[in-house]
Amino acid sequence: MHILVCIKQVPDTKIIKVNPKTNTLDRSSAPAILNPYDAHAVEEAVRLRKIYGGKVTVLSMGPPQARNAIRKCVEIGADEGILISDRRFAGADTLATSYALFKAVEKIQKTDGVDLILCGKHAIDGDTGQTGPGVARRLGIPPLTCVIRVEDVDVENRTLKVHRKVEEGYEVIASTLPSLLTVEKEINEVSWAPLPNMIRAARYEPSVWNVDDLDDVDIKQLGLKGSPTIVGKMWPPEKSKGAKMISGDPADQTVAVMKIFMKEQELFTKAGRKN
Amino acid sequence: MRVNIDDYRGVWVFMEQKEGQLLDVGLELLAAGQDLARKLEVDVCGVLLGDGVKPLTNQIFEAGADKVYVIDDPILKFYRTETYMKAVGDLVRKYKPEIFLYGATSNGKDLASAVATDVLCGLTADTTLMDVNVEKRLFEASRPAFGGNIMATILCKKHRPQMATVRPKVIKRLPPEPGRTGEVVEEVITLKEEDLKTKVLEIVKSSKKAVNLEEADIIVAAGKGVKDAKGFAMVAELAEAMNATLGASRDVVEAGLCGHERQVGQTGATVTPKVYVAVGISGAIQHLVGMQNAELIVAINSDREAPIFQAAHYGIEADAFTVVPMLTEAFRKELSREPAGEETEETEGVTSRG
Ligand SMILES: Cc1cc2nc3c(=O)[nH]c(=O)nc-3n(C[C@H](O)[C@H](O)[C@H](O)COP(=O)(O)OP(=O)(O)OC[C@H]3O[C@@H](n4cnc5c(N)ncnc54)[C@H](O)[C@@H]3O)c2cc1C
Repeated sequence: MHILVCIKQVPDTKIIKVNPKTNTLDRSSAPAILNPYDAHAVEEAVRLRKIYGGKVTVLSMGPPQARNAIRKCVEIGADEGILISDRRFAGADTLATSYALFKAVEKIQKTDGVDLILCGKHAIDGDTGQTGPGVARRLGIPPLTCVIRVEDVDVENRTLKVHRKVEEGYEVIASTLPSLLTVEKEINEVSWAPLPNMIRAARYEPSVWNVDDLDDVDIKQLGLKGSPTIVGKMWPPEKSKGAKMISGDPADQTVAVMKIFMKEQELFTKAGRKN
Repeated sequence: MRVNIDDYRGVWVFMEQKEGQLLDVGLELLAAGQDLARKLEVDVCGVLLGDGVKPLTNQIFEAGADKVYVIDDPILKFYRTETYMKAVGDLVRKYKPEIFLYGATSNGKDLASAVATDVLCGLTADTTLMDVNVEKRLFEASRPAFGGNIMATILCKKHRPQMATVRPKVIKRLPPEPGRTGEVVEEVITLKEEDLKTKVLEIVKSSKKAVNLEEADIIVAAGKGVKDAKGFAMVAELAEAMNATLGASRDVVEAGLCGHERQVGQTGATVTPKVYVAVGISGAIQHLVGMQNAELIVAINSDREAPIFQAAHYGIEADAFTVVPMLTEAFRKELSREPAGEETEETEGVTSRG
């Protein structure tokens, strides 16, 4: 079984700083990391390979430095990595990104065939979760989002079953191969990389493709040009004035805060029930 | 699609339903949709798909819709991307709305992503603020970006419809207007079951006890400041006394004091309760993005400098181990003064909210 995992290198949003003058992100302030959700997708692909055999390839679109994110995937256990990197991809929103990835998947399909595509739930820099389903739509294969479990992959009969997390619990869905799955973090624990993987990863050089390496690309659908959405303005989230501090000893504080809460007395007596 | 944008008129809202029950988020979005539609002088329309769902149209009109597009077909009984995308995509191509809103639920996000690629238009995820530039008929969808470090307005100038997903509880629904009606437009779907690739085999509902932080009106959340299981139990008692749902920071979940289903924040639940009490939570940005839209935030922390005090409305600088039991006691007293009845007896609020 050939499993393809789409991954992204992202700035660590925990550390990133906003330039207060320009209201833009100071990317140099944050280290670039493998999108944490994608690590779960790679882990799941490696787990499935252990059961069903085959190969795990990771695919990413990004600047040349994104090779490091691919190396991280090799550490987790991916066999191969492909980076599509070209200035003409730059400025892509999710629609244009899904087009570029789709073109790369088509190329991979021609030589290797692809049985299953995995993506992380979303990337922590964009938080949209739209790229994976977009790739699926373009390939004409079923997108299965919010996946928390993969079971019963039947490579012969080209079927699989997954559990899909929904608000009220989960759905069990039967689908066909190839399908595209976006996985939640609950699906697995990303394990520590074994030493041989780390050694391999350190020296690993992914294949790098540019636009001309892909077939039948409509340049108008790439990058900024192919992106219907643009960012209008950016501003720092409203800084609150800060809390009104309730003073006194704990007994005073309790009395004072109870007064505030009891303005909503009805809420507290009714809560816990559906309205 | 890059299109003649003047052909596109009207504001649409996807009315997600499950087992014949409309989800609240669709009704909430009708309020936002109505506001946009009034500014643009067009109709706000619901889009309703399912099996035997026609009776729901009344509720949609009462919640503010002028028109409802319905496709009622057994093939649409359960949500599936392939059927819903086809149905909604066809409606969009035929009736050409200029703005289209979806609830940011598992299925709403899935559908919006698929439709955006199907009709090739722009989509903004997890919008928290919506407005429109009337002159340009340009939808302004704003959302937190980069883990909440910045707010960004996303625009879509040349493609239609302009689509967005919006989290539940971000918008307040309109009070229903009983008897309000509108136009029902019925359409059909042309797919056949045997041509489909996916099938919903089963829907397994988590037991009644499941935590539904997103829907909770009151949340009491514990942070690493409560230290251990004993401290956590102390906060759970406060939650019980307040009829609140119990939440937690990631560090508490990682310490094994409770399950991930209670985690609030970037990698947990995004919540918008009326009251949020943070006990021993420092207020890291990843936690704040999950709860900063709560109506009333009260923070209890022993460190005056903790960032949670920036996000909170009221702060109590105190040792949680002293003040939390006092507060629990106070709530027990206060709420038991209510006429005794099932409401005050109910303790289930700690673990569940419906
Ligand atoms: C990619 C990513 C995603 C993340 N997602 C989330 C998420 O979804 N949710 C989340 O919560 N975190 C998330 N985090 C982690 C986050 O950065 C913080 O580490 C975490 O929120 C801290 O939890 P805490 O406030 O409980 O603990 P701490 O930061 O350790 O804070 C404990 C607080 O308790 C106070 N305290 C100590 N003793 C007492 C006492 N006796 N009485 C009162 N107060 C006391 C201290 O002053 C301190 O402020 C994420 C991090 C990353 C990198």
